[in-house]
Amino acid sequence: MKDLKVDGLGMVYELPKGGSVQALHDVSFDLEAGRLLTLLGPSGCGKTTLLNIIAGFLAPTSGSVTLGGDPITGPGQERGMVFQQGALFEWQSVAQNVAFGPRMNRKKRSETNELVQDLLSTVGLQGFGDKAVYELSGGMQQRVALARCLANDPEVILMDEPLGALDALTREKMQGLILKLWQETGKTIILVTHSVEEALYLGDRLFVMAPRPGRVEREYELPFAEKGLHVDPREMKASPEFIDKREELLSLIWEMEEQIMGHEGAMS
Amino acid sequence: MSVVDRLTGRKGADARKTVTFGDASEVRGAPLWSVTSLLFVGLVWWWIKRGPEPIINDRTFPSMRQTWDAFFELVDIGYRRVGLWDHTWASLWRVLKGLVYGVVVGVPVGFAMGLSNRLRGIFDPIVELLRPVPPLALLPLFIVWFGIGEGSKVNLLFFAAVWIMVIAARAGVLGVRGSKVHAAYSLGANKWQILRYVILPNALPDIFTGMRVALGVCWGTLVAAELTGTTTGLGAMIFAASKFFRMDIVVVSIIIIGVIGVAMDLTMRFLEKRLIPWRGKG
Ligand SMILES: Nc1ncnc2c1ncn2[C@@H]1O[C@H](COP(=O)(O)OP(=O)(O)OP(=O)(O)O)[C@@H](O)[C@H]1O
Ligand SMILES: [Mg+2]
Repeated sequence: MKDLKVDGLGMVYELPKGGSVQALHDVSFDLEAGRLLTLLGPSGCGKTTLLNIIAGFLAPTSGSVTLGGDPITGPGQERGMVFQQGALFEWQSVAQNVAFGPRMNRKKRSETNELVQDLLSTVGLQGFGDKAVYELSGGMQQRVALARCLANDPEVILMDEPLGALDALTREKMQGLILKLWQETGKTIILVTHSVEEALYLGDRLFVMAPRPGRVEREYELPFAEKGLHVDPREMKASPEFIDKREELLSLIWEMEEQIMGHEGAMS
Repeated sequence: MSVVDRLTGRKGADARKTVTFGDASEVRGAPLWSVTSLLFVGLVWWWIKRGPEPIINDRTFPSMRQTWDAFFELVDIGYRRVGLWDHTWASLWRVLKGLVYGVVVGVPVGFAMGLSNRLRGIFDPIVELLRPVPPLALLPLFIVWFGIGEGSKVNLLFFAAVWIMVIAARAGVLGVRGSKVHAAYSLGANKWQILRYVILPNALPDIFTGMRVALGVCWGTLVAAELTGTTTGLGAMIFAASKFFRMDIVVVSIIIIGVIGVAMDLTMRFLEKRLIPWRGKG
């Protein structure tokens, strides 16, 4: 198991028309293997940028990211990615999508087939292997995306608003699935969300990020994810501690939004 | 919804919809009206034959009856000792060759242009300059270069097809969503695998549309290609018949070209549905 170390990360986007945006400024944190970190924050505070740097799709303008001591310089299969939607391969069946990683690694076909069947039942899609992905609902498609990511047995799973396009009920079910996978696989997960409730419920650690420049404003260690494995989620979300934290976060973010609005008001 | 409603187009796909004007999914045509319109064309044909010179003259504009007879004459004994089927096949074969060469050259060039700045830079001026040139303008050159026979014809059709394929393949590559490529890299794919398993299948719908368009354009260029240097092919048949003032044969050839054009397009649409069911589902 490998720890993730983010050190002094900065990211400046040069705009094509001149000028630049400081998307991240001096972001540093250590994430021990096996933790579930949720990232919360207003739009434009650099959540996607941070995730893309860890995934290796972007090179930061300053600072570094290492996984188990090895610097990250590009995408790699020890860091799996789950996108919001539309990243499945629609020309392949569900099973072929899940088998993509092992196939790229030229794993034995029989082993891969077995693995795919296992993973499909893990995410609750047994019997759907031969379906086309576009025949599935949005929630089922995200299950396929999770299974596809797990097929390569990555160290870290990065998720950028994985449940953002789902309806509220499907979303709750999927939150349960993510917790279950986290427990069963013990993987390190970083999950970006816009939902305060989701960030609280899933995060065993939570960062609230702030914009201009993008940074980690506040950190929390949370008990809910650990408990959520055993307790009914509705009960948990209705508990006083949960509600307290939720209100605290909401007012924090509300304040931030007010500041942004004020800032923009002043500019115009 | 009753069959009559469907055939007459009185109702669209969903009879319960109250808003149909402007809803594209509601407009699917009406077979009964299509038949009626064909019959009407026949009626116009019959009616103008009763009009003034030169249309009334059967030598300048054949009647339906003459055209009908000419068709069966062609089927029975062919034209200038070549059977109708052989003429048709000669044309189809040329178009097919031109199209295949166009695909084989155009798709890799289009891919290169969609994948590399340098190759985009190299091919851009060539493609943009030659694309608007009507193929017929090159016929004199092609005849000198490739001979008056098959060579110049197939090359002309190739020229008609290749730019369409380049543009289609390039559009297919540029249309791939970044998150799909990213996902594939994170799943351990290398560059070659990205090309083979992500970019190519993602571009196939566009490539197929390009082939459909190119096939239509080649078929339309065919008559020009067969202007000289051959005695076979539907285009050659038209030119030969016009020299002998056999306007009935000319009209039959025109109709055959039209019907085959429609048949080819329907075939391509059918293949598209079968081979690329994921089109538009990304
Ligand atoms: N390719 C880019 N070029 C220029 N600026 C960019 C680019 N990508 C992001 N930015 C800017 O960087 C900042 C952070 O963007 P990012 O997408 O990381 O935010 P985010 O927190 O993911 O927002 P959201 O919640 O809306 O997804 C924003 O101000 C954005 O406008
Ligand atoms: Mg984002």
